[in-house]
Amino acid sequence: MSAFTVTVNGRAHAVDVAPDTPLLWVIRDHLDLTGTKFGCGMALCGACTVHLDGAPVRSCSVPIAAAAGKRVTTIEGLAGDVGHRLQEAWIAEEVPQCGYCQSGQIMSAAALLARTPRPTDADIDAALSGNICRCGTYQRIRRAIHRAARPEVSDAR
Amino acid sequence: MRAEPAPSVSPDTASAADPRPAVSRRDFLKAGTTVGAGLTIAFYLPPAMVRRLARSPDPATLAPNGWVHIGADGVVTVTVDKSEMGQGVTTAYPMLVAEELEVDPATVRLADTPENPAAWVRRMGTGGSSSVRSSYDLLRKAGATGRLMLIAAAAGEWGVAPDACHADAGYVVHSASGRRLAYGALVAKAATLPVPSDPPLKRPEEFRVLGRRVPRRDTPLKVNGSARFGIDTRVPGMLYASIERAPAFGGTVRRVDDARARAMPGVRRVSVVDWSADESRAARAGAGVAVVADHYWQALTARRALTVDWAPGAGAPLETETLRERFAGLAQQPGVRARAVGDAAGALASAARTIEAVYEVPYLAHAPMEPMNCTAHVRPDGCDVWVSTQGQTAAQQVAAQVAGLRPEQVRVHTTYLGGGFGRRSETDFVAEAVRLSRETGAPVQVIWTREDDIRHDFYRPTTYNRFRAGLDANGVLSAWSHHIVGASISLSKHRELENGIDGSLVEGAANLPYAIPNILVEQTAVDLAIPCGYWRSVGSSHNAYVTECFFDEVAHAAAKDPYELRRGLLRDQPRHLGVLDEAAERAGWGKPLAAGRSRGIAVAEAFGSYVAEVAEISLTDDGKCRVHRVVCVVDCGPTVNPDTIEAQMQGGIVYGLSAALYGDITIDGGRVRQGNFNDYPVLRMNEMPHVEVFIRPSREKQGGIGEPGVPPIAPAVCNAILSATGSPVRRLPIVRSGKSGIAMK
Ligand code: FES
Ligand code: FES
Repeated sequence: MSAFTVTVNGRAHAVDVAPDTPLLWVIRDHLDLTGTKFGCGMALCGACTVHLDGAPVRSCSVPIAAAAGKRVTTIEGLAGDVGHRLQEAWIAEEVPQCGYCQSGQIMSAAALLARTPRPTDADIDAALSGNICRCGTYQRIRRAIHRAARPEVSDAR
Repeated sequence: MRAEPAPSVSPDTASAADPRPAVSRRDFLKAGTTVGAGLTIAFYLPPAMVRRLARSPDPATLAPNGWVHIGADGVVTVTVDKSEMGQGVTTAYPMLVAEELEVDPATVRLADTPENPAAWVRRMGTGGSSSVRSSYDLLRKAGATGRLMLIAAAAGEWGVAPDACHADAGYVVHSASGRRLAYGALVAKAATLPVPSDPPLKRPEEFRVLGRRVPRRDTPLKVNGSARFGIDTRVPGMLYASIERAPAFGGTVRRVDDARARAMPGVRRVSVVDWSADESRAARAGAGVAVVADHYWQALTARRALTVDWAPGAGAPLETETLRERFAGLAQQPGVRARAVGDAAGALASAARTIEAVYEVPYLAHAPMEPMNCTAHVRPDGCDVWVSTQGQTAAQQVAAQVAGLRPEQVRVHTTYLGGGFGRRSETDFVAEAVRLSRETGAPVQVIWTREDDIRHDFYRPTTYNRFRAGLDANGVLSAWSHHIVGASISLSKHRELENGIDGSLVEGAANLPYAIPNILVEQTAVDLAIPCGYWRSVGSSHNAYVTECFFDEVAHAAAKDPYELRRGLLRDQPRHLGVLDEAAERAGWGKPLAAGRSRGIAVAEAFGSYVAEVAEISLTDDGKCRVHRVVCVVDCGPTVNPDTIEAQMQGGIVYGLSAALYGDITIDGGRVRQGNFNDYPVLRMNEMPHVEVFIRPSREKQGGIGEPGVPPIAPAVCNAILSATGSPVRRLPIVRSGKSGIAMK
């Protein structure tokens, strides 16, 4: 066990865990932020997506030792214009079914819009294909991202 | 998405042993005041479901379990006794009540899911696409009863006839004078009035809520991470567990070296989990070695440090390839007749031309996004269970058995479900958590890894299908013979077959809708040590594929258009024909396609709903299949929330397409070879076709929506491949035929 300091959603936390403990389990079990989900543990599904210094990462595959001293943003801390537009678009398009994958989907989408404010379908494919949705909400996710990117035209679509 | 078999095809899991007394028809509806102020409307169930009734027919004990409560503050509260797994039931039930009670559905509150299934009025479980079907009339009647009683109370107050009044947005209005009284002011009086025996329901043209797009109540919680799933349960003092499971089915623990694991940080307990005692059959859990620790990662790390010597079980000799050979041999023997019309053997013998083919499907895992998990806290006098489950009643019974308690001492707290698809109707994960909590005396959360999930599922059965069809001298399809050899869900669940038939194995095949004069459908149900269970759309998930693809082979052999051939043979099936025609028209059937594109069509009934799908595909130079567009037309009878129907069709198509393209569980030495989404791939964003869903207006009998979108997609895609290449896809997944892989646009 060792002590690590990680800043999550703007707050610094000290945790005493094994260095190979994935960031995912630190967030969920030690910090009690349960919006970030476990789906595969092997960076295959995207359910655990968070932002590490602004970049999307699969937190199941980032050891705490690699996240120490960095800024982590989880779904609970998603803020600002892009985050809100995405959440509103997700509601307007009624994206979620079971909802389990959606934190990860939204975190991937937020990272995409931060980089590419007006993404094409190909951009969405590239940024979101790491996020599995077993309920099959992909079509609505795509629409919601376009809606969030172009709020001024979304009602006309 | 099912916890229980469809009523039409399989026996109920629990009814045979259900000790609860029957209740007569006049007890159907009860209303009255409860401990708090307000009007509670409670129901017993319709006679057909009487065997699932509450322990006590005494309305005094039933009232607090009412479905609908109207408070003195006018607030309407509805109890939803189903699990929310994305199918929208927590939105649909309030809509049904609100429609008849004349309130805004957005103002309706949800009561907690009942926590004591033993005392609830019907068996609690969510499956068989039954959420709305099972309750459409029930909840509307609850609302209508409330409306009539509130109107009667107001009419009495004003000294006018009840039919001079109407209900509107939470008020009773005297139609002539416009006088109005809020529901809240009327409930005390209403609760003392007689309960109308058969309240009239609104006519569909009067609907203001049903059939409209109403926002899902759970959506806001699911976009900010606040929705609580089973895995999000947090109980003070809770420990986490991870279980190393016998790799081969039926294996047991011979010896375990846990010295390293026990010495690791946070580890509280290492114990052999063996179910060979009486508890095992109910839960159907496999043997393993559990590590309980302060944190999940510690439990998982210590689990990996275990050295276990496994005794091979009954599953050890099983191999996919030898199973196929065995099934092929059985298909040559006569099976049990599931359906016989005319004389198929005779018609085949005298046919001008016969067409033969073998179709095969593999085992499939469910792989819902939320891995299996359960949290339990066993105390000497009771037990709490927090779980994302499709079967609360079964969970309570199994928890009670494992904890050594009575069912009513177990409280089942239902969370949101991160997908179900049938997997969460099982109770193995509940048994594990309860057992480990009993052993440690602490609350324990068991979390499965994805590998645990893929390798220890209750699989969609593998089947082998021998088909023969005959064309007479005029090229008319005169004979259809289908022998299904398959792993049996019923036998796997230790249930008796009905007249030798496993209804799930033949559903979607024995009820072939086509008007063919001679039909023989035979079945050979095989009992194997590989656990089987209900997988979204159950028998139709494989039977729609095999029958609809073989049908297209027949059409090709007869040089007929597959859509036109279907049309002719569905002349007596208006609901099939309705969706088929509309799908063909909307997809532009027969119209030219872009270069390299081809179309396939398929139609199927499942769970009382009728769905036709047309898939538009292309094949790349290296033989990979890309699905570009799917047109889906559904007739599910009266609609509640059209947006939910559309979503469920989209989701069913993705689920079915994942299976058709990639889904393959193979067995090697009694073990599942696959383990995670790398070797059990599923559809991703870059492969998503454009799906167009059309709902046919219908006043026919209501069908389900969770499952019926799945069956037609595999045959629609494979028929498009047949159309493009001239060669049929006779074995799933498509990737086996080298026609998948995708990625380009
Ligand atoms: S849990 Fe991290 S990618 Fe699946
Ligand atoms: S909404 Fe259920 S997995 Fe995506």
